[in-house]
Amino acid sequence: MIMNAGIPDVVLTVAACLFAVGPARAGAAQGPAAADPAATYRQECGACHVAFAPRLLPPASWNALTANLPQHFGTDASVDPVIQKRLADWLASQGAAGRARPQGDRITLSPWFRHEHSELPAGVWFRQSVKSASNCGACHQGADSGVFDEHDVRIPR
Amino acid sequence: MIKSRIALAAAASTVLASSGAACRAEAATPADLLAGYAAHSARAPDAEQGRSFFATPHGRDWSCATCHGANPVAEGRHAATGKPILPLAPGANPTRFMDLDKAEKWFRRNCRDVVGRTCTDAEKADVLAWLITLKP
Repeated sequence: MIMNAGIPDVVLTVAACLFAVGPARAGAAQGPAAADPAATYRQECGACHVAFAPRLLPPASWNALTANLPQHFGTDASVDPVIQKRLADWLASQGAAGRARPQGDRITLSPWFRHEHSELPAGVWFRQSVKSASNCGACHQGADSGVFDEHDVRIPR
Repeated sequence: MIKSRIALAAAASTVLASSGAACRAEAATPADLLAGYAAHSARAPDAEQGRSFFATPHGRDWSCATCHGANPVAEGRHAATGKPILPLAPGANPTRFMDLDKAEKWFRRNCRDVVGRTCTDAEKADVLAWLITLKP
């Protein structure tokens, strides 16, 4: 805290207090969310992409992904260690046991995924409205809730 | 600059008036967060510098605007996944910058992607000072 020319002392005090509460507030975040790891998952992972239903990958894939969040498909998806452990434990417990680990731990490279989408013309994935095969919600209206019923599919132009 | 000073003063009065104590550990406001970052910087927040920092790539593929949009009072879109991102400017989305831990988490992640390092408190203050000026 140096050279704050022109900023009143009271502001500096308040600001210092504000920043000092960090650890206490991080602790508070472990309260209700700890009882519901699914909510933690939706909050932490579902901000950037659909909160992919855990059954879409085997536990081994979830273990690899949650152990490497700072390098997550080209982006930094790091979380604090408490959250990381909660996500890792829950995803591993909910994953599809017995399913083969797909290449790169990518859902979209799983044989079953390719089979289910084999009727689609390849260009669909590159439409501006879709953008990526991992953007489940572009077509599957219930993707956020893990619903992939064919009746809920609407492919955008 | 003047706007920044107003925000700083507002933050001070809000926190002090409602707590009656030196510190308050409940929800913050964007002005509170700005005051905090500013206090950890060696200079006053500069909204114009924040606008430029936000809009410009920093030697990598993405800028902040790549995902949040050039005008973050509107929805953005994740550059890799296509998932919509709610507006970043507090004037358009009152849930933004109300929680220091959340702001810090996203600055940490996104600065590493965009700038290749964590951002300084001065850079965060600049960007937030600019975002606070935006109205839908």
